[in-house]
Amino acid sequence: MKYILMMTGKKSDFEGYASWSKADLQANVSFMRAFSKELKDSGVFVSTEGLGWPSEAKLVRAGKNGEPITDGVFPESKEFLAGYWIIDVESPDQAYEVAARASQAPGPGGKPANMPIEVRPVLSGHADLGL
Amino acid sequence: MKYILLMSSARTGVESYHAWSKQDIEAHMAALQSIHKDLTASGEFVATQGLTGPSEAKVVRGEKNGVPVTDGIFPESKEFLLGYWIVDVANAGRAYAIAGRISAAPGPGGKPTNMPIEVRQFASHESNSE
Amino acid sequence: MRIWASKPCGGKKAEMADHPYDAPFEHLLRELAPQVLGAVARRFRDFSSAEDAVQEAMISAFTQWPQKGVPDNPRGWLIQVACRRMTDQVRSEIARRERETVVAAEAESLPPTLEIEADMDPDDTLILLFMCCHPALTPSSAIALTLRAVGGLTTAEIANAFLVPEATMAQRISRAKQTIKDSGVPFRLPAPHERTERLPAVLHVLYLIFSEGYASSIGSHLQRLDLAREAIRLTRSTKTLLADNPEVAGLLALMLLTDARRRARTGPDEELIPLDKQDRALWDRAEISEGIELLTAALSRASVGLYQLQAAIAAVHDEAERVENTDWPQILALYELLKQVAPSPMVTLNHAIAAAMVHGPAKGLELLRALDSDPRIARHYRLDAVRAHLFEKMGDHEAAIKHYRIAAARTTSLPERNYLITQAARLAGN
Repeated sequence: MKYILMMTGKKSDFEGYASWSKADLQANVSFMRAFSKELKDSGVFVSTEGLGWPSEAKLVRAGKNGEPITDGVFPESKEFLAGYWIIDVESPDQAYEVAARASQAPGPGGKPANMPIEVRPVLSGHADLGL
Repeated sequence: MKYILLMSSARTGVESYHAWSKQDIEAHMAALQSIHKDLTASGEFVATQGLTGPSEAKVVRGEKNGVPVTDGIFPESKEFLLGYWIVDVANAGRAYAIAGRISAAPGPGGKPTNMPIEVRQFASHESNSE
Repeated sequence: MRIWASKPCGGKKAEMADHPYDAPFEHLLRELAPQVLGAVARRFRDFSSAEDAVQEAMISAFTQWPQKGVPDNPRGWLIQVACRRMTDQVRSEIARRERETVVAAEAESLPPTLEIEADMDPDDTLILLFMCCHPALTPSSAIALTLRAVGGLTTAEIANAFLVPEATMAQRISRAKQTIKDSGVPFRLPAPHERTERLPAVLHVLYLIFSEGYASSIGSHLQRLDLAREAIRLTRSTKTLLADNPEVAGLLALMLLTDARRRARTGPDEELIPLDKQDRALWDRAEISEGIELLTAALSRASVGLYQLQAAIAAVHDEAERVENTDWPQILALYELLKQVAPSPMVTLNHAIAAAMVHGPAKGLELLRALDSDPRIARHYRLDAVRAHLFEKMGDHEAAIKHYRIAAARTTSLPERNYLITQAARLAGN
């Protein structure tokens, strides 16, 4: 079963992250690298991506005549996706365990940040044998 | 350049989608299939995924005594990611155009949904997906 | 209960449709792989390394045979390449550990291929099956390892079938082999009583491979690898090796009787079509005939296992030329038996559907209530999907719509979700 594990943050969270000490940033990056490797070694890794900064985000709507309308203005409270992992595991509990691990990435002062990680099942193109 | 096109909605939006007419649902799905086909032909398609709805969403915050701390309660206003497209395009403009097309897919009554689609570029060297 | 009646079986064995993308020798390679692995693993007494070596020999064959042609003795060729790889491994191990020259000298000569071939055991495939379906392995590990070691598929093919990166699948297989190594399982056929004990695990893995293949056969696009066909092929081999076992025959029958409906289950827009709405003219009659033939033979052995029962149910469906002709009382009786032989929440669910067809939807709904307190299924989308279906039959559209929508929110299948919200929309009559 495939699950997506998402890390999000408000604009202020991103700005906060950007002002961490060099040591804290490096610790976080190292953790993330090691974490991805763990996922690969245990045979559950499907993909992971980091996303660009919220300042680069655009909201697009269909415009008239096929021209898209783009907008870069978001409310302060908006949660932006920072990055995600997609894993293939045997059970929801296993997905939560992996998420708990990701959540412990070190934050300021090198302590586990206990960041909230949203866990969602990914839809498959499969259909159950019952039909 | 890889971009991710994110489609999100608050819980009420998801519930209202489930209440569209059969005709409208089918027209919407056909439009998305057509986009998929065109993007595959142009070589810009990388991936698309749908996610299960808000009722299946959980948040995990660390662990206590080796057990993940999970929670399924979210504020009413929370925007849930419904799905995304990943495209590999020549420039940002092309990513916006594709997003615009998805946003124009028909909804209730056959009118464009005009759903706002968030367009984000991937942070380059961390791309590990296949 | 009325003995399940067999129809006159004149059907020929269902042809194994060659996958249009298969090169002619690919089928041969997959057949040979477990034989080669058995021989090499026994010779070197190292299943894990032998498996890697054979996988590499397979890949060499894939690249070289199209250019140079299939060798006169393909099996011998594979054994030779695999052995060369093994001795290279041994040599580098020795170099690393700086062992005595005596041992090093022994490794210089390749074991003669003929000798190894003489050592081959027709039971090797069975040995491999038991090994790869070892209870110590998780289902996905067992599936991956079985497909590679017994199925002769490449890591890339398996990864592609399960939509994970190749490296991930390679790692999964590697870890599975480590688990087997750690469990100290010897390379030999388990003793008869152990075989009886462990056969269900083997059949379960084969069933899971089939389910995976069948579930992903949605839509008209052909996949590079047809897992359902692979499962059928592997189960056929198993049946050849365990000819007297009615459950193996039952499983093969179940697969054929289910696979027979494949072309009817999706519509032109890749939408799901449920059993009661399928165009039965699209069902594969040859597969159905073969399934029924197998099942009749299996049931005549007077033992009734879970796969035979499931196959019997599938046969009753497949025999009905029109949906109105479906013998629901017989299906109900079969589910009642299944509830005793292999009870599970899913069986209870399916039993409720059959009960509804015989005694009315209210009866079905009543039976479903027992499942609300079963945590294994209480939140499963099928429970709400079936409820919705029964409420619809009762004319309670409001309740039906409600449950279709709950089911839609819970399913992790996109085609299912589309189907369920479409049903709700249809009833809502918007």
